[in-house]
Amino acid sequence: MGKVKCECGHVNPHGTILCESCGRALTEEAKKENLVDMRYEGSARRSQTYNKTIIDKVWNFFSSVKVGIWIIVLILVAASFGTILPQEFYIPSNVEPEVYYEDVYGWFGKIYYMIGFHDLYNSIWFSALIAALGVSLVICSLDRVIPLYRALKTQRVDRHESFMKKQRLFAEQTGSLQEADMEKVRAELKKKHYKIREKNGSLLAEKNRFSRWGPYVNHVGLILFLVGAMLRSVQGMYVDELLWIREGETLQIPGTDGEYYVKNDQFTLENYEEGEDPEVFNEAINRVGTVAKNYQTDAILYHDENNGLPGAKPELSEVKHDDIQVNEPMKFDNFAVYQTSFRQDEMKAMHFALTNKVTGEEFGEVVVDLFDQQEMYDLGNGYKVELLGYYPDFDGFTEEGEPTSKSPLPNKPAFLFNMISPEKPDGEVSFVEIQNTMEPLGETTYKMAFKNLETRDVSALTIRKDLTLPILSIGGIIFMIGVIQGAYWNHRRIWIREKDGSIYTAGHTNKNWHGLKREIHTILEGTAVPEPEDRQTD
Amino acid sequence: MDKKKKRLYIRTAILGVLAGLVIYTLYTNLTKDSRGTLEAGDKAPDFVLTDMSGEQHRLSDYEGKGVFLNFWGTWCEPCKKEMPHMEKMAQEYAGEVEILAVNVGESNFQVQNFAEQYGLTFPIAIDKSKEVMNTYGVNPLPTTFMIKPDGTIDQIVIGGLIVEDQVRALFERVKPSS
Repeated sequence: MGKVKCECGHVNPHGTILCESCGRALTEEAKKENLVDMRYEGSARRSQTYNKTIIDKVWNFFSSVKVGIWIIVLILVAASFGTILPQEFYIPSNVEPEVYYEDVYGWFGKIYYMIGFHDLYNSIWFSALIAALGVSLVICSLDRVIPLYRALKTQRVDRHESFMKKQRLFAEQTGSLQEADMEKVRAELKKKHYKIREKNGSLLAEKNRFSRWGPYVNHVGLILFLVGAMLRSVQGMYVDELLWIREGETLQIPGTDGEYYVKNDQFTLENYEEGEDPEVFNEAINRVGTVAKNYQTDAILYHDENNGLPGAKPELSEVKHDDIQVNEPMKFDNFAVYQTSFRQDEMKAMHFALTNKVTGEEFGEVVVDLFDQQEMYDLGNGYKVELLGYYPDFDGFTEEGEPTSKSPLPNKPAFLFNMISPEKPDGEVSFVEIQNTMEPLGETTYKMAFKNLETRDVSALTIRKDLTLPILSIGGIIFMIGVIQGAYWNHRRIWIREKDGSIYTAGHTNKNWHGLKREIHTILEGTAVPEPEDRQTD
Repeated sequence: MDKKKKRLYIRTAILGVLAGLVIYTLYTNLTKDSRGTLEAGDKAPDFVLTDMSGEQHRLSDYEGKGVFLNFWGTWCEPCKKEMPHMEKMAQEYAGEVEILAVNVGESNFQVQNFAEQYGLTFPIAIDKSKEVMNTYGVNPLPTTFMIKPDGTIDQIVIGGLIVEDQVRALFERVKPSS
């Protein structure tokens, strides 16, 4: 696998199609063609030159644009399968995905789940496809940009006539170049911002070579984008957590390693009043009843000065007050806390009055906090209420007659009270649940009459942090620069040469041939220099 | 250096870097779910909690003894079943294996009431903020971590320990060898 020495004396890398220097065709195929393929200046794409070790084989595989396009097609097809049914992330969290897909979508859902399409975008093979695309981008670009750069850098001013003959825009005429004509041509070229090089009676005018790097700049942006996406999985770069917080609660903010706490001072849901803005809202209010105006959590952010050991009592120092509204997150460090959801009127406390069943006389009110109960509520004058048991999510009785709770959440609270009065100093036992009272140990003279329910709202906050955003946006900007660079400018070259009593002219551009032809026309107009003709008929 | 050799080295280096990045990404993505969760053999994360009688318990203070670290709730049926076994073992292995029962976020009244009902004498602490539970990645209750005298996790038992002998076997494994 040696070098290829051209007749002009330039030594080209193996696999070169057109001499980098003079442009002579070096392969038999190229010699036979009428027009040469100028996409990579006839340079040796490295991938096609070596095929020996395993490294070279892997390299060549990824270097192929054909392979790259196949990877893109596969990704598109695969990604589209993931959109047929909802992804696992979007199905209700209280059902097993295994059951859900079959129940809701039948046999199709079952197969969909079995193949693994329910979590397609996190699957190893999908990630591997994306990774393959990244590798293909890097290797394809490297394998093309380096030889292209070399070829454009070493190109000679006086290209061989055979090179010029095989250009799409070409003309040949007997005669010789007149200095007066050339003066005019030079002036015109300069006006059109061409860079002019001359040697031995040959002229090469070139402009906007940087446009050829557009696709590669674009690929750099894409690769940066992929790197940004990859960094999401690195710990500390990306946080997306949900926090349910009741009014009055102070909780650790997940994702901050216990460094920050947030207190929900108040949750507010405001609706538009009828007539408030009649033109805009009346119709909607009439149709759907209510139209929400504002969801807001009045939050206080704290920093824990005693962070480090889990379970240690936090020492909170206030950082700031902020009203979290939809699209108006509370921001600190690199975190943003968004208003996401809410639940209104969760039970907080219940009020009961110790009441004489016969006379209806009340002997004081007991407030049972559903989250922090007392053992004994003293009403004075010998009246007391002892709490024997609390069942936040009452679920019936065991065989032994013991009340049970099915969860720690106060969804259906029930209480076992012992009512102590001057007449009954040992107390009377009453089991109280919502809208039902039982007297398990015999009839009582007193009862716990339900008076009132205290409720509060629960707010759901989303905690987000994304350090990859700057990388993604830089990647996006570079991507666009590449697109503009390659699309908006054209790399144009014009060759003029006199040799052995003939004048040769040729032109090349990477796109917009019409524009180049018009430009050449104005440059050569009124001179004896022949205007190159377009020989591609399509 | 021979140009061809140089090219091979460059290609190998580039492919190596790319392969490294890809493998790293795939690995971190696949282990995302299990990241942060504890496994047998890991060091048990230190924590400090105050029990019902006001005494502070820091896990690292128990080095040299086995620890039966149990996460539970008053409402959970299997928790109720394993408590009597735990109470019995606490007596049998006193001084060798300590029990630390961590209630997850319930009220003092509920825990106190429960402890009295079952006659529990081992230390019970309430993890009000659920911070310790989150650190240990506990999902269903009850979950028990058997911690060896050197502070590493011997075994993680998810679900109730219904049979007494099963509990004894766990204690036997983490008791100091002396």
